[in-house]
Amino acid sequence: MTAEPLLEVADLSVRFATDDGGVHAVDRLSFTLDAGEILGIVGESGCGKSVTCMALVRLLPETAVISGRVTFGGVDLLGLSPRRLRRVRGRQISYVFQEPMTSLNPVFSVGYQIGEVLRKQLGLSRSAARARSLELLQLVRIPAPERRLDDYPHQLSGGMRQRVMIAMALACDPKVLVADEPTTALDVTIQAGILDLMRDIRERLGTAIILITHNLGVVADIADRVLVMYAGRKAEESGVDDLFAHPQHPYTIGLLGAIPRPYEGEGARARLQEIPGRVPSLRVLPAACAFADRCTRADELSRTQVPELREVRPSHLVACFHPGET
Amino acid sequence: MSDAVLEVVDLVKHFPAGGRLIGRRGAVQAVDGVSFVLRRGEMLGLVGESGSGKSTVANCVLRLHEPTSGTIRVAGVDVTHLSRRAMRPLRRQLHMVFQDPYSSLNPRFTVGDIVGEPLRLHRLAKRRELDEQVAAMIDAVGLRAELRYRYPHELSGGQRQRVGLARSLILRPSVLVADEPVSALDVSVQASILNLLRDLQQELGFSCLFITHDLATVEFLCDRIAVMYMGQIVETAPRAELFRSPQHPYTQALLSAALVPDPAVQRQRSRIVLDGDVPSPLEPPSGCRFHTRCPLHERSAPASDEESPELREFAPDHLVACHLVSRGTPAPRLVEDAAAIVRLEHA
Repeated sequence: MTAEPLLEVADLSVRFATDDGGVHAVDRLSFTLDAGEILGIVGESGCGKSVTCMALVRLLPETAVISGRVTFGGVDLLGLSPRRLRRVRGRQISYVFQEPMTSLNPVFSVGYQIGEVLRKQLGLSRSAARARSLELLQLVRIPAPERRLDDYPHQLSGGMRQRVMIAMALACDPKVLVADEPTTALDVTIQAGILDLMRDIRERLGTAIILITHNLGVVADIADRVLVMYAGRKAEESGVDDLFAHPQHPYTIGLLGAIPRPYEGEGARARLQEIPGRVPSLRVLPAACAFADRCTRADELSRTQVPELREVRPSHLVACFHPGET
Repeated sequence: MSDAVLEVVDLVKHFPAGGRLIGRRGAVQAVDGVSFVLRRGEMLGLVGESGSGKSTVANCVLRLHEPTSGTIRVAGVDVTHLSRRAMRPLRRQLHMVFQDPYSSLNPRFTVGDIVGEPLRLHRLAKRRELDEQVAAMIDAVGLRAELRYRYPHELSGGQRQRVGLARSLILRPSVLVADEPVSALDVSVQASILNLLRDLQQELGFSCLFITHDLATVEFLCDRIAVMYMGQIVETAPRAELFRSPQHPYTQALLSAALVPDPAVQRQRSRIVLDGDVPSPLEPPSGCRFHTRCPLHERSAPASDEESPELREFAPDHLVACHLVSRGTPAPRLVEDAAAIVRLEHA
């Protein structure tokens, strides 16, 4: 690699202490994010994708035990004091969550909430904050932004609320935008608009985006690189084209075979591929491939050792003892 | 029509809205003049975005909501105004699977109790016979026999949805209404439920009204598709026809926005992004309800602003409610159509 990555995550592990032991949500995950890149993190519920992203700036509750390194701008975010971390959160790395209605405060106007970020983080005056809020609403292409500034969240549609959330996240011109299922709660036609907006933001502002999703269609549309997670570990990572054209991990292949395609021509539909069994409990980290119990390729090796990531194609990593497209 | 197992004619459902606090009184026009026929052994997909009224249609069909007006016929019998008691025997013909497998199962019942409940309520079987039928149904939906003694909280989402399917099919209904049965599930689990639903349908031969917002799912499952927008059906067509030649500008927009899980295909597609928000169902637009967002509005005005277009036959079995479309006269293409996707995929 020529340039330093913008964000480097090394050996990140997150364990939640619970009354009956603990849950290993993320296990030794490493990845990098380059400036202006859109990285898609894909996986099903419970695979640790959201926890990973919350752990970057320590947004997790006290019960979370985080280890590893998160290097951003030359410093390890996991070792930062709460005060210095506050200057990273929202200003350098900001978040957009799935459900815009619960992320917005219902009793304050949209303009006030965007302005709050600007006043608290950048120390802008009320009038300057209002002017900048207006610009931000224009940036996220909200029609009639002057009028919308004084609206309350309930007066906006789901798509508009998500645009407001994005405007708020972009208030301090962050280097990294973490979007956790930003379109999952939205209708298809609205989703299309939000994806276009995120692409546009990356192009115009050069913001790097970590996009967390369970939807491979969203990844296919917008991501440059994809990381597939399973049971808290990285199963596969590659450029988006190579992942879809030459998937290597049986889990990735299973996921791709499980989704119906929008149009497949005439004739009867082939059966969808099923992945038998279910996600393992994360109470004990398996000393084996976490996918072994559900995998047709699993053998003695998969059941007794954790597969390390290997580069099987250029820039295409996979954690499997028996990788391959078929 | 003799092969219609379910007929819905001009169904209207308005919900009263507003009150002392809100001031303005009105009605949410959730469903406004929906007509369709579900044929024997057919899977009909009812597709629409949130607020389009698709779930309200389902609930009216099951009489979970009282329709404001219109007629619902099940196997030729008008059930629109039947009393609860008169409705009861017909409930054997008509069952529903709900979206949320967590809240639609009684947490105090075991799986066996839940699946056997319809048999007990309709007094169709007891003891040994009931036992055997429940065991057979649990097996048919792919659950292990020992799960019948478990409670819903011990099951995964996919297993629960299988229980929901078993419960709704144990009386061998002629019509199954499935309201977003897989949207709460993970992708890999969705696949197994969709496969199962298709297998069961082929085996048992029931007709299915499948309600969803996901085009890819109906494409996999359904024989015919009806698209809803703001309480009305804007287009119905056989599956392949709808994807090959969508006519209504809303259908075209919807298809163009669906994401293809393949970057090589997806990134070559152009999509129609609709302007503006869905209007309020309290005050739907005059004329064609889609005219406020229609990319073809300039061409359809002024007719579309004043007059609500009827569902008219464009081609055999293909009905479209648009002023720009009539028999043999297709709507202008908004983007390179779905066929472009097919060419690429088979290239």
